[in-house]
This record gives sequence, C-alpha cells and structure tokens, in this order.
Amino acid sequence: MSAAAALAKNRYFPTAVGIGSFVAFIALVELLIRVGVINRFIVPMPSDIIAAFPRVIVEEHVLQRFLLTAGEALSASILVTIFGVGGGVLLYRYHLLRLATETWVAAVAAAPLVLMYPLYLVIFGRSALTIVMMGFSAGLAPIVLKTLEGLSATRRVLINVGRSFNLTPSQQFWKILFPAALPTIFVGLRLGLIFALINIVGVEFLINFGGLGQLINELAERYDLAGTYAAICFVILVSICVFILMERLERWLRPVD
Amino acid sequence: MAETGRLRLSAAAPLGLPLRPVTVLRIAIIVAVVVIWEAVSASGWLYRDVVPSLAAIGKALYVTLSDPTFYFHLGTTAYEIAIAMVIGGLSGLAVGILLGGSKFMSRAYEAYLYYLGPCPKIIFFPIMIMWFGVGPGSKVAMGAISCFFPVALNVAGGMREIDKVLIRVGKSFRANTWQMVTKIYLPAMRHPVINGVRLGLGVALIGTLLAETKLSNRGIGFLVIQAYSIFNMPQMYALLIILFVIAIGANTLIDRLGGLHDIKRS
Repeated sequence: MSAAAALAKNRYFPTAVGIGSFVAFIALVELLIRVGVINRFIVPMPSDIIAAFPRVIVEEHVLQRFLLTAGEALSASILVTIFGVGGGVLLYRYHLLRLATETWVAAVAAAPLVLMYPLYLVIFGRSALTIVMMGFSAGLAPIVLKTLEGLSATRRVLINVGRSFNLTPSQQFWKILFPAALPTIFVGLRLGLIFALINIVGVEFLINFGGLGQLINELAERYDLAGTYAAICFVILVSICVFILMERLERWLRPVD
Repeated sequence: MAETGRLRLSAAAPLGLPLRPVTVLRIAIIVAVVVIWEAVSASGWLYRDVVPSLAAIGKALYVTLSDPTFYFHLGTTAYEIAIAMVIGGLSGLAVGILLGGSKFMSRAYEAYLYYLGPCPKIIFFPIMIMWFGVGPGSKVAMGAISCFFPVALNVAGGMREIDKVLIRVGKSFRANTWQMVTKIYLPAMRHPVINGVRLGLGVALIGTLLAETKLSNRGIGFLVIQAYSIFNMPQMYALLIILFVIAIGANTLIDRLGGLHDIKRS
C-alpha cells in the first residue's frame, strides 16, 4: 500500500484536512485583504477579528449577555417542554381530538411562525417576554408531534404486560408508556429546543433587545466590523456547543438496538 | 384506549349522523376559537386593536388583496425568494453531491455544514448588508444562505443511499461525471432532493422575509413591519394570514408534486 493510500485510510486524516483547509482559507482571506484584493472596510482581517474577541468579551459584557440569552432559552425550554409533552399526551389520550387536530399541529410546525414577531411585540411589548414567547411558539409543535409519535409507537407487548399486572392508568403511563416513548420525546425536545434557540437569538437581533442577538445588532450599527464578525463567530460557537450537548444527551437516552 | 376510541368512531358512522364526529369536533373548535376571539376583541381586556374583530381582519384582507401595490411587494418578495432558491439550491446540490459522493470529503467537511445548518442565519444579515448593500441583494443572499444548508445536507444523505448497483451500471456504461449526475444520481435521489428543496424553500422564505422586516423599503416583510409601526393591526393579521397560507400551500404543493406524500404513507 502506498503512503498516500495509507494516509487516506487514516481515521484522523480527513478531519485534519478539513481543519487544515479551513485554516488555509482564513490565511488566504487575510492575505487577499492585506494586498488589497478584498476591501478591508467590508471584510475585516481575520487577525483583527481574533484580536477583537477579548475586547468584545470584556467591554460588551458577553458573559451577562450570554446568561440573559441562556435564561430566555431556559424559560422557553421549560414552557415548551411542559406544554409540548402535555399536548402530545393529551392528543394520545383523546383519539378523537388527535384525529381532529393532528394535521393542524403539523401545519403549525411548517408555518414560518417567527414572522409573527411584530405581532408579539405589540402583545407582549419590547421585552424578554416577547423573545421567550417567540421561542416557545417555535418549539411547541415539533415536541407535541414527537411525543405523540413516541407514545403511539409503544410496543403492544409492553402495554399488554402492564395490563396483565393490572396497572392503573397512571401506573401504565409512568411505568410503561412514558419510559418507552422517552427517546422519541427527546428527539422532539432536541428539535423544539433548537427551534426555540434559533428564534430567541434571531428575535433578539431583530428587535435589538436582550443578549447575544442584540450584541451583533449593536456592533453592526456602530460599524465595528471586527467586533461584529467576532460576535457572530461567538454566537455560532455557542450554538454549536448547545447542539453537540443536545445530541450527546439524545444519544445517552436512546436505547441500544 | 386509542383502539376503543377508534371502534366507537367507526361505529358512529352507520348511525346516520350527518357529520363524522371528527368533523363535528373540528367545527366546534373553530366556533369556540371564533367566539373567544370576538369576546376578547369586544371586552377591551387587551390594548385596543391588539385583538381586532374578525370582521375588521376580513376587511383588511379584502383591502390588501385588492390593492395593486400589494402585488408589487408580493412580486418583489417572490423574485428575491426565487433567485435565492436558484443560488442556494444549486450550490447546495453541487456541495451535497460532492460530499455524498466521497467518503473522504464527507468526513472532512460535512461536520461544518451539519453544525452550521441549525445556527440562526439572520445573524449574518449585517455581513450581507456590507457585502451586497441594503437593496434586494442582501435579502437574496439571506434566502440563499438559509436554503443552502438543508439542500446540501439532504442531497449528501440522499447520495449515500443510492443503490450501488445503479452507480456500477452508470460506470459500466462509461458515463462521464455530468451523465452520472443527470442520469443516475439525480433520478435515484429525487425524493431527498425534493425534501431538501421543500425545507430549503421554507427557510429561504423566513430568511428573506425577516431580512425585509429588518431593513427594506419593499416586499411583504416590509409591509408587515410598516403595519406594526403605524399600528395597523388588522392589516398585520391579514398579511400574516396571507404569508402563512402561501408558506403552508407551497410546502404542501412541493410535498405532493414530489411524491413525498406517497412515501410517507407507504
């Protein structure tokens, strides 16, 4: 086997190539800006963006802003979990209600709810409540649908085992249905919480209120180019960390096949 | 429990009820919502006009739909979304084929797309304004960025699921890259591609319209934010209803045209 073929089969080689080409791209952009091919008043130098990180973190109180966004996300998550899982259980419990409304819930899941933010601004005012309610609205439908899917997919044999033990409806739910549906419910929670987070940061940016989303808007309005890019990179990093965390949690909950 | 409910429902039909119980419940829910809405509207519990009467919303809907300037704004938004779909869709398709066709490329780069995909795209809007100006260009760019990720990830996933026999058939006929893409890859993965386009259209619509609400002087997003600034609540409700009907309608249309509906059922 040639050295090139052995390298290509190496487990870490593709990842190294990915990181390497990303670094090379950044270096190329830096070079093009320095030689004047790219206008530095439109795209700041990557070195300036990296240098802006400590400034943005210290002067713009990133930690407080992060905590504010996290608090909004947490509030929306609690609301969306209670009402989403509750809604799913309700639709499972009452079959007629499910038949009547499941397509409506699916339509709501496909609707661009975030466009309702001006309406929420009028109803809840320019406050954190608007942002939390926007996140709640965006995350609700997927959780309802996935909870319903999880409960409906509970294996018949498990339900029959519960019946053979003469479990009460409450015991049947907590000992059989809910544990069996938990992995699917968590898929819905992951989707719902991601939608909520996206909408929270987005609405913060749009209404110029709150934490990390507002930071980007403020820096852009000040025409602090390096700061704006640094803040965007920071928000992306935070989002990626949250997604990875949610994914790990979901894997942890998923039963081994 | 669900089974007994189903038995009761099926038993209700032969009794000669004029409407099925599901239809009756749906009508009851709609009537309840209308009654509650009108009661809240008339009660004055909320600020005036926050919950306008349904008659006022209906009138605003009629006025909006019969106003020629509305169609100018609708045309602008449709144009921006169409261009965004072409740019974002085609680049997503190309990147998806590249990533899905090579295990190495997928392992090297797909993680970036996978994790960037769910990030809130609207935060890129300040950059898009700097790059493409305050006109339709920045809105098209927002739509294209939003559309790119679902198309690319769906196509990459679809490529990996193509039957290897089909690929070997193409290669045994000595098909070139273009022929492989048009004769083998695209027909074999039409469902993931259409699903990607469906998701891409949804997010392109959101990206473009949100950008219009933030900074624009034309488009449906601009009309929504203008209705907010002059506190014309009936018009805002009317515009949101139109937007939701268009978004859900487009979603359903692509679903049916692409045969996704049949796949889900089978």
